[in-house]
Amino acid sequence: MQFILFWTFFKIGLFTFGGGYAMIPFIHQYAVEKYKWITDDEFLDIIAIAESTPGPIAINSATYIGYKVKGVSGSALATLGVVLPSLIIITLIAAFFMQFKDNVYVEFAFKGIRIGVAVLVLNAAIRMYKKLDKKLLSYFLILIGFLLVLFELLPVILVIVIGGVIGIIYQLVKARGEEV
Amino acid sequence: MSIKLLLELFITFFKIGIFTFGGGYAMIPLITEEVITKGWLTSEQLMDFIAISESTPGPFAINIATFIGYNQQGVLGSILTTFGVVLPSFIIILIIAKAFHKFASNKYVVGFLSGVKPVIVGIIFSVAVGFILKSIFNISVLELSEIDFKWSTLLIFACVFTMTRIWKKIHPIFIILVSGMMGLIIYGLIL
Repeated sequence: MQFILFWTFFKIGLFTFGGGYAMIPFIHQYAVEKYKWITDDEFLDIIAIAESTPGPIAINSATYIGYKVKGVSGSALATLGVVLPSLIIITLIAAFFMQFKDNVYVEFAFKGIRIGVAVLVLNAAIRMYKKLDKKLLSYFLILIGFLLVLFELLPVILVIVIGGVIGIIYQLVKARGEEV
Repeated sequence: MSIKLLLELFITFFKIGIFTFGGGYAMIPLITEEVITKGWLTSEQLMDFIAISESTPGPFAINIATFIGYNQQGVLGSILTTFGVVLPSFIIILIIAKAFHKFASNKYVVGFLSGVKPVIVGIIFSVAVGFILKSIFNISVLELSEIDFKWSTLLIFACVFTMTRIWKKIHPIFIILVSGMMGLIIYGLIL
């Protein structure tokens, strides 16, 4: 059982390209449909928890499902499984990449690729913007985050915490308004 | 091998792990701040690495932690950075799984996230602007007067951006291939 848990998350780590959200269907397929480690409802809970806690969704869901199946040792095995493919592949690439980075054609290609990456980040920002609640407070916070970090006025962590505190105050004031 | 640097790598990625809400791209601003100011990567190397990470399996967070750890201190460095970035999630999720099932509907959590999400969107927009300025005009926000305007780079940006807006389900690897080909053709053959 413990080996299956490790191996399943190893496969999930190995076959998902392009970040955490690409993993969700795989996780559902194995953990809910094939091995029945968790129910559909629990799966939805895990996604909600993974989205409300820091860290990559892949790690969060591996830890949670591993715990459900086999306690703390299960969560350690599942997390190790999902991390190991990256650790191995990227270490190999890092060793390999060093030999090619001074090649002039590689540098030409990467000059283009950096522009592609700027587009990827811009699209990620647009995608996340579309998922937000469109209320006045959101626009204000977007502007705050944008300007403070663009002009390097405050450290990123502080800006994130300020956003969170404003969010809590807003929710508490709103809740009190509804009580009255 | 430096014990001090190993410890600093671990602590830096532990910190990044604590403050990454909302998936891989939300991590880039923090990585940029921590890793570039410490001189572990230049902003060009960071962009190169985002491309590599998008073309290899696994979560971005783990990939970049491994890469920087390896670059600085070899295999031991990569294990420590990866361990550091994973540990906060691991601890937090264990606590929630054990004791705090209603976590995602708790009013403080909901309030905190309702403020954090828009701020992070703003922060990621600022990173996008920084990357656009760097990759197209070779400048940063704080040195706008030294603009180095080239039609060639603007052309690559316009083509790739239009492509992603028309064909919205396009895979990141394809974007990286197309922009890499255009870079090779424009810099290698024409200029």
